Amino acid sequence: MWLFKKTPNLDFMGWRRLAGLVSVILLGLAVGLLVVRGLNFGIDFTGGTVVEVGFPEPVDVAAVRGALDGGGHGDAVAQHFGTAREVMIRLGPREDEDAEALSNQVVETLRDAYPDVELRRVEFVGPQVGEELTEQGALAMLGALGCILLYVAFRFEYRFAAASVAALVHDVVLVLGVLSLLQISFDLSVLAALLAVVGYSLNDTIVVFDRIRENFVRMRKGTTEEVLNTSINQTISRTLVTSFTTLLVVVSLYLLGGEVISGFALTLIIGVLVGTYSSIFVASASALAMGVTKYDLQPPAKEGEEQEAEGEKLRP
Amino acid sequence: MNRYPLWTYLLILGAIGVGVLYALPNLFGEDPSVQITPVRGAVELPEIERQAIDALDEEGMDYFATEIDEERVLIRFDSQDLQVAAADLLQARLGNEVTVALNLAPATPQWLRSVYAEPMYLGLDLRGGVHFLMDVDMDAAVSQRLERYQNDFRNLLRQERIRYGRVEVDGDNRVVARFNDAADRERAFDLLRGEYRELGLDQEERDGQYWLIANIPEEEKEEIQRFAVQQNITTLRNRVNELGVAEPVIQQQGTNRIVVQLPGVQDTARAKEIIGTTATLEFRMVDEDHYPYRGEADDPPPPGTVKYPSRNPRYGDYVILEREVMLTGEYIIDASSGIDQETGGPEVNIRLSSAGGDIFHRATRQNVGNSMAVVFIETRQETREQNGETVRERVRTEEVINVATIQEPLSTRFRITGLEDTSAARDLALLLRAGALAAPLDIIEERTVGPSMGQENIERGFMAVVIGFVLVVLFMAFYYRVFGLIANMALVLNLVFIVAVLSMLQATLTLPGIAGIVLTVGMAVDANVLIFQRIREELAAGLSPQQAIHSGYAKALSTIADANITTLIAALVLFLFGTGPVQGFAVTLSIGILTSMFTAIVGTRAVVNLIYGRQRRLTRLPI
Repeated sequence: MWLFKKTPNLDFMGWRRLAGLVSVILLGLAVGLLVVRGLNFGIDFTGGTVVEVGFPEPVDVAAVRGALDGGGHGDAVAQHFGTAREVMIRLGPREDEDAEALSNQVVETLRDAYPDVELRRVEFVGPQVGEELTEQGALAMLGALGCILLYVAFRFEYRFAAASVAALVHDVVLVLGVLSLLQISFDLSVLAALLAVVGYSLNDTIVVFDRIRENFVRMRKGTTEEVLNTSINQTISRTLVTSFTTLLVVVSLYLLGGEVISGFALTLIIGVLVGTYSSIFVASASALAMGVTKYDLQPPAKEGEEQEAEGEKLRP
Repeated sequence: MNRYPLWTYLLILGAIGVGVLYALPNLFGEDPSVQITPVRGAVELPEIERQAIDALDEEGMDYFATEIDEERVLIRFDSQDLQVAAADLLQARLGNEVTVALNLAPATPQWLRSVYAEPMYLGLDLRGGVHFLMDVDMDAAVSQRLERYQNDFRNLLRQERIRYGRVEVDGDNRVVARFNDAADRERAFDLLRGEYRELGLDQEERDGQYWLIANIPEEEKEEIQRFAVQQNITTLRNRVNELGVAEPVIQQQGTNRIVVQLPGVQDTARAKEIIGTTATLEFRMVDEDHYPYRGEADDPPPPGTVKYPSRNPRYGDYVILEREVMLTGEYIIDASSGIDQETGGPEVNIRLSSAGGDIFHRATRQNVGNSMAVVFIETRQETREQNGETVRERVRTEEVINVATIQEPLSTRFRITGLEDTSAARDLALLLRAGALAAPLDIIEERTVGPSMGQENIERGFMAVVIGFVLVVLFMAFYYRVFGLIANMALVLNLVFIVAVLSMLQATLTLPGIAGIVLTVGMAVDANVLIFQRIREELAAGLSPQQAIHSGYAKALSTIADANITTLIAALVLFLFGTGPVQGFAVTLSIGILTSMFTAIVGTRAVVNLIYGRQRRLTRLPI
């Protein structure tokens, strides 16, 4: 089976202004959302306590909330987590000394009302750890982008590097926008997913750039835009097939992996979709906008390469 | 043209063999088992094993294997019910000499263990347990030391009859002493400089008074803090051992953090209590009239004395001590084990602060030739069974850990000799050092995962891997036909390799780690997609099948390398900046990328070459 009977000849470069407009609008919306709604930071970053409990029978969250209220935990946020028999209770960071005893108190309080309650998970993160993580997370993101920029500049050219990082920033901002829109709890695993998206999207972009580099040498007649177009067309089957297989596994992770991993999986799903779009429509267009021409990236041993390229076509 | 030399096939087969061998232990699962660890080396392991077997046989409890490894006895059972019942029985029978803990021991066969093939280590989120991240209060460590200097200075000056105005700790973390005349200060300066080489001493004159200023140099401060963290880790390790936890992890993280992981522990309240237990030491004179003790266990001690149980049978079951405490453990600065130069026997060297040295000197001068006892005092919460109910109470344990004869008046430095062996000396030094926490600990992060949750996480993660995997395999076979099947073989092999490498590294597998594996499965096919897509292109461009295979692999190579190296960079950065769960993800992702390069490029090429490499009249490829 073939996705395209033969290499398609779609005019991606011709659509680049439309795609650019769409991206700018989406980026604007994402930034707007991030400013207005912000991210729903999990306790990994804000500090605080999360207690997850299981009940033998489905319970009413309002009743659980009432029980907690009665026990002096009026600030507790309780919600169903996964099924109606599981409840996640979230408490904000506390300055007072016995913050670490809080989880025990919550369970005790619930045990009074529901003797069969089962403690499933407790997470307590002190405020200082949260601050450090936020700092480390931002550093990790910048560090990753910086290292990748260097590598691509070394392997290709600085304008390709700038274009690939532009595509990455585009992807990260859009994914953050969706996370903000859906108010998905932004915790450590989501941060990891975001970094995986960076790796994945880059992977896609590099494959296209690789082909562009090759074609700059091979296609002597076409304009720069034509070369970019051909390169995207030649790689589009691979881009779509790989995105599809990756989606197969992250969707199964999302559906079967359980609540703890769902934020991670959802971030990856969004990231793969956005990353695929950007490697087709954004990365090459950015490189073009940066002024990449087909005369760049021609290796010094140009003559030998040419012969190789022409020689291949002559073979039976 | 599409042939691999024989050695390449041998290499691949060898890699597969090693991969399968080291991935294999993960298939055998775990046996519910009970592990018995002697408390402070009190009883020999074979003796414990014998007693345990006797107890189990007597009660008719079936176990299927017992074994002794470095420091514990492990007994395996068929069911969890049996395991729990046996643990209760053994703790009751073997008493306080041992700690009994439930464990899930890997059921790896002996022949695999003999080549060091062990299953992956499951993280707390998969096996259930408690994770604490604790912050050592570094400022408190330094200020405690300052207070001690302040006390010591006072005592020293008083002892040498140097008149001083006052000695105090100022706001800049310095110890300052005020004198009324310069001569006194001069004497004090010489005295302190000789006694405390580690301190920086300055003199100052203001408001017509003479000041002596002692500050702790930066390196010394760092030393104090390093020592505080180390000592806290030692103390925690001792306490966790009391908890009866199988395979606890206690590690330093960064400069001032300590990670404590207790697999299988559910009762965080109890864990916190034990970790926060206070323990201390006391030195008392032994009542020579009643030593060794010959009375009954419940005889009241003679007036003016106290009766403490002895940890070591060498001193009898009980030791009668004088009521008066000579010295408490907080004066101990350091303790180390060594070898007695004269007799060659083991000894423990103890260093007291100057104030402690004075007190000790006065007390021991009057008691030369008599026996002195070291009492270990510990306050902790204990849970026990009483009339079928679980009762919790604060228990204060007081035990004599050592009795020794005072040879001469002792001061800041003294030795305890006549210990059984070097390990007893080491234990005693450790206990003396680890008696109390060097600096306060704050729990700044806690993660608890219930056992059912852990099981569920494993099942769900496993399910997600399997389903995702099957979907990808079906798609590849459908889309690339025979070549798809070859890619699928590489995918399976890749999974085997990831598991094998994780097992070899004894890396901890966490839920994010499983996510990393799942993601790798999705991305591992990418290399093959690139290659196959390229082969299709070359075929469409009119190349013969053999040429298309050759050229497809050759041209895709640099693309695959570039794409994977960038992803590897991202994973590396994740590992460097991330902590715990993020690192777990980064590790599996990196391993997956590396192994997939091998399986997807070399592995598939080998099979393709084997099938099509020799067919001269190959006209079409099933791709």
